[in-house]
Amino acid sequence: MAENVWILGIHMTNFGKHKDKDTLDLGTEAVFGALKDAGVTMKDIGVIGAGNLFGGAGFGQQLQKQVGQTGIGVYNVTNACATGATALRVAVMAVKAGETDMGLAVGVEKLSGAGLLTGNASKDTSDTWTPEGRYGAVTGLDGRIGTETMPGVFAQIGMEYGHRYGGADFELFARISEKNHAHSTLNPKAAYQKKMSLEQIMNDVMIAYPNTRPMCSANCDGGAAAVVVSESKLRTLSLEQQKRAVKISASVLTTDPWQEACQVLPDVNTLTRQAAKTAYEQAGLGPDDLDLVELHDCFATAELVHYDNLGLCEEGGAADFFSSGAPWRDGRLPVNVSGGLQSKGHPIAATGIANIWEVAQHLRGEAGPRQIEGARAGLAHVIGLGSACGIHVLEKAA
Amino acid sequence: MDRVPLVDYLVLGDAEDEDPYLVAHECAGCGARYFDRRSACAGCSGQDFLDVKVSRTGTLRTFTIVSFAAKGVPVPFVAGVVDCDGTSVRGNIVNVEPDPGHVTLGMKVRLTTVPVGTDSAGTEAVGYGFEPAA
Repeated sequence: MAENVWILGIHMTNFGKHKDKDTLDLGTEAVFGALKDAGVTMKDIGVIGAGNLFGGAGFGQQLQKQVGQTGIGVYNVTNACATGATALRVAVMAVKAGETDMGLAVGVEKLSGAGLLTGNASKDTSDTWTPEGRYGAVTGLDGRIGTETMPGVFAQIGMEYGHRYGGADFELFARISEKNHAHSTLNPKAAYQKKMSLEQIMNDVMIAYPNTRPMCSANCDGGAAAVVVSESKLRTLSLEQQKRAVKISASVLTTDPWQEACQVLPDVNTLTRQAAKTAYEQAGLGPDDLDLVELHDCFATAELVHYDNLGLCEEGGAADFFSSGAPWRDGRLPVNVSGGLQSKGHPIAATGIANIWEVAQHLRGEAGPRQIEGARAGLAHVIGLGSACGIHVLEKAA
Repeated sequence: MDRVPLVDYLVLGDAEDEDPYLVAHECAGCGARYFDRRSACAGCSGQDFLDVKVSRTGTLRTFTIVSFAAKGVPVPFVAGVVDCDGTSVRGNIVNVEPDPGHVTLGMKVRLTTVPVGTDSAGTEAVGYGFEPAA
């Protein structure tokens, strides 16, 4: 049995606009923040998992050239919105495999002003119709055969849940967003910290029905990093380090198993359900044992389906789960007390480590005004289209 | 005027008495259906496929009304997934007002063709969509 892996130190930068900082500045801030929090230096680190989507090739090495070229292996990873969780998985796996006793994971993105993340609108290169690609398409398909925009894809994912189980309408999705924007007012690191009324949310600019603008994740800049350590190494460190360390009780990454329609509209459900099942087995915990959950609310329509996928409610019961008040910060099982991607922001490669930072803050009792009192266990979930799902279950040190 | 389909899985049905229809590549091993050119089956890794006609009618499984899209994509439009007798198809819902009062989950729809445009050689490209079925 491979030994347990713990988070020794973790940090996220403020999310928002960082006009004067580039990808490497944010990466440096995240890495040094995590090292300081861990009480170690680059010399202690044996492996790096590095995630970044938009900053060019070799991000990990570029970052080493700023923070310390110690000669250790860097694994540059990309896995869409699950990139940060994937980078963390790399470090966790290396420690579990016994190749090193300490690893670093970092994810950074500069995304302010990126606008709508979308598909290929302007494919036309020839002035005569010429079939190209695997669909033999004579021109771009976005808008002609469905939509390739993320707000539109995730709108359909939420609406499909509504079709299957009922009870999910525009107002319900908007209320989910209302919750997350309310939560963000307690998070000084969130890109947007403004409470929004249901009316404001529903009357804002419609992007892809039923997702209005505040119901979409916020493009912004940010970085996050974590130092992970083997349990045996941790036991040699100071009592203070041991006390603040957070146990990684489960670390899981899945892709979507083939299902009818999964290549027509992305199926974000099956792989999340599988990841959750495996994570609960690994951790020896169930949804009822969790004190908080940070899940991938890239759109309000996505948050609803993940209540169900993560087993926070009975199958088909996500709308009732929300309406009961459970996922509010004073509810039975608080979800996205950070404000979630809709208000905290979504610098893509940082997200899968930043959500773990949030959970760790609560388990350490260091979350300040937004502390979930007595939190002992939490779950962090991300999903990247393509698809990849990362789930980590974390527990407070005994 | 010459006509070409927007995608190769659309058969325009130019012959007399033939309606347009979609063709799926069906895995000979497990029956999984696809619309793109296949290397193998994602369900069972089989490499043998048959071309099959997809039902021209179905029910709307999910949709969104896109109001904001990339430059050059006319909005608003309704994008959705139609369950055509067990085969899910991506497509726009057309010939209907693009608002939630007129587009409803579970509504019956049928395949129709949609003009895409004419190229410099005078060839017309024709796409497809689904329209409400009375």
